[in-house]
Amino acid sequence: MNFKALGLAALGAAAMATAAAFPASAADKQFVPGLMYRSGPYAPNGIPFANGFSDYFRMINAKGGINGVMIEYEECDTAYNNDRGVECYERLKRPGAAAITPLSTGITYALIDRATADKIPVLSMGYGRTAGSDGTVFPYVFTLPATYWSGADVIVNYIAQKEGGYDKLKGKKIALVYHDSAYGKEPIGTLEALAEKHGFSFHPFPVAHPGLEQKATWLQIGRQVRPDWTAMWGWGVMNSTAIKEAAAVGYPMEKFIGIWWSGSEQDVTPAGAQAVGYKSLNFHGTGTDFPAIQDILKLVHDAGNGTGPREEVGTVLYNRGVMNAAVISEAILTAQGMHGEKPLTGEQIRDGFEALNIDEARLQAKGMAGFMEPIKITCADHEGTGRAYVQQWDGSAWTAVSEWVEPNREGLLRPMIEKAAADYAAEKGITPRDCN
Amino acid sequence: MNPTALRFGIWIVATPLLIAALGLGFQGLAAVDSSLFFAWGYFIEVLIAGLLQGVMYSLVALGFVLIFKASGIFNFAQGSMVLFAALTMVGFIEMGLHWTLAFIVTAGVMVLLALVIERVVLRPLVNQPHIILFMATIGIFYFLDGFGQTLWGSDVKVLDIGISKAPIIIAEGIFENGLLINSFDLVAALVGAVLVAVLAIFFQYTRVGRALRAVADDHQAALSVGIPLKTIWAIVWSVAGIVALVAGIMWGSKAGVQFSLALIALKALPVLILGGFTSIPGAIIGGLIIGAGEQVAEVFLGPLFGGAIQDWFAYMLALVFLLFRPQGLFGEKIIERI
Repeated sequence: MNFKALGLAALGAAAMATAAAFPASAADKQFVPGLMYRSGPYAPNGIPFANGFSDYFRMINAKGGINGVMIEYEECDTAYNNDRGVECYERLKRPGAAAITPLSTGITYALIDRATADKIPVLSMGYGRTAGSDGTVFPYVFTLPATYWSGADVIVNYIAQKEGGYDKLKGKKIALVYHDSAYGKEPIGTLEALAEKHGFSFHPFPVAHPGLEQKATWLQIGRQVRPDWTAMWGWGVMNSTAIKEAAAVGYPMEKFIGIWWSGSEQDVTPAGAQAVGYKSLNFHGTGTDFPAIQDILKLVHDAGNGTGPREEVGTVLYNRGVMNAAVISEAILTAQGMHGEKPLTGEQIRDGFEALNIDEARLQAKGMAGFMEPIKITCADHEGTGRAYVQQWDGSAWTAVSEWVEPNREGLLRPMIEKAAADYAAEKGITPRDCN
Repeated sequence: MNPTALRFGIWIVATPLLIAALGLGFQGLAAVDSSLFFAWGYFIEVLIAGLLQGVMYSLVALGFVLIFKASGIFNFAQGSMVLFAALTMVGFIEMGLHWTLAFIVTAGVMVLLALVIERVVLRPLVNQPHIILFMATIGIFYFLDGFGQTLWGSDVKVLDIGISKAPIIIAEGIFENGLLINSFDLVAALVGAVLVAVLAIFFQYTRVGRALRAVADDHQAALSVGIPLKTIWAIVWSVAGIVALVAGIMWGSKAGVQFSLALIALKALPVLILGGFTSIPGAIIGGLIIGAGEQVAEVFLGPLFGGAIQDWFAYMLALVFLLFRPQGLFGEKIIERI
């Protein structure tokens, strides 16, 4: 046999093997694309999220799918890179795509127009463009259960509680250490508005990607400005570096609060004992003491089908992946109630998102009571309550140290969101929908 | 007068004057712009923190200098060697080895890696243009980056070799609030000083060191007088691997061992531009200037530009130096005969 024939034979064998491993997309399955990152500088944070997301759908399939409709999940690695994110979207988009989870504020910004044109819902849970919460302008964007603006308001609300009331904020200093990107800049407007309203001074400190260099930042915070409280909008290595540098200038950890993307095990473990006392927001439970998580362990991991290692189940970012998948599955279920128990289009599933009403009874039925707050979405409001709680690292685990904290949505944030959405609509020539 | 002694003398006199002039300049700026802040104690504190940070950059820059000095190649893979070394050492510690033993075993792995690189990548490219060898090091960067994470995983790993990170306050009687210095940074500076001393002795006073310098000057001339090029390359990549290990330990202890460690190589580039690609003292002095310059600029000028200026400021500082000394502060003057 000559080399050419041998090469052709090898090529044919490889093609057959690939076909056997990845069967063609079945028409009776509901397709769910996943824009994840398992490579690049933020991989340590992206991997557990991706594993939780994937494991939840495996658990759903092990239970027989959603009303018998099995989930077909396909993932593309964006490396937390905007252009690769768009490339992944183009590769995975199709009319039957249930929802896109960009897992990056930058990628979300890049995909909003495309996904809207393609009629595929974008679920940017706890990240992305806050103005997307206004469903009249952004019919395909869902920011539930909270946005960065809500997060900023919740942090100030929590600080006010600790200080003894909003009136005690007057004259206080609150600093923000933020990733110098679209993501990190999101809360600045809200914090400036809150500073003006409550009389505290606001001190923003940008940190350049990836965030390994923060010595100068923390010298300014710890030795010059000396804020009463410091908030952080960081990601990846920036979080652990910030915690270490804060400790290096003697900044008190209990006065340091991160957003929910700055509060995972990956952020505190590298800082060791220095991280004890550090706080962050969260909007879902941690650990494995929830029936849905137990089902994942039993039906997926015990069956040898876990996407990642069993020990990461229950960690913050794994559980966030689970929550994302749970919300998408609930939107599919709701949409099936409206359009029939069959694989649906993105446009039909958007209807499911807009009719989402995950109340206590539904949470109980899903095995997620206590895992997350009830969520109710409407045509105009794609965010929900915006509530979050504060958790604190004790050296080995995260513990909740507050009740669910309510942001000032109607009095402050909703008008800001509506204005930002109206500006966007004017810029893009969009006529807002009538949701009444 | 000995020109080296003269140059050294000028540095000794000029440096404090320059620092004082900078301080006065920032003080003046703060007087006219209320968004800026200045206090002499704080200025000295930031300066010291910057100098200590600069030593950390120098640790990475040294690896580049070694390979460039011996082969004229800009080793793009130095950053991934730092990451690979740190990942490997943590891997061995997680397997139960004491960190000193893990250091020795990892040093062995880095030597082995150097031998493989010499045999598989460099040897077939002897006498090829430097750009080809540079491209080959880009390949090594991506390979090591992926291979290290495939072997040891992508999780953030903790590397703790027992160095205290507690802040120390000194000169409380002189300055209000004293001067804050981080004990970890002091240890890192000490490690950097020891490493430089060892490398300087190695290059100046050993037979292998002299052979390395001969190879750097001219591959073919060195071969013609019987210097074994392949052996020299293997040695220099091994030494650069061990330097990468030391840098990996210091940076890994500071920031955790993870992918981003490979990006720290970007911080070494302005150091090299400023200090010269062929000078070990240049890597140290360059590191100190870049470290101090970027920290001082971030703190005292950053508010004027919205902050986060230290990354680009480091490169700008290096470029300004290039205008006056294209070969860098300590680099060899480039004389091409045509």
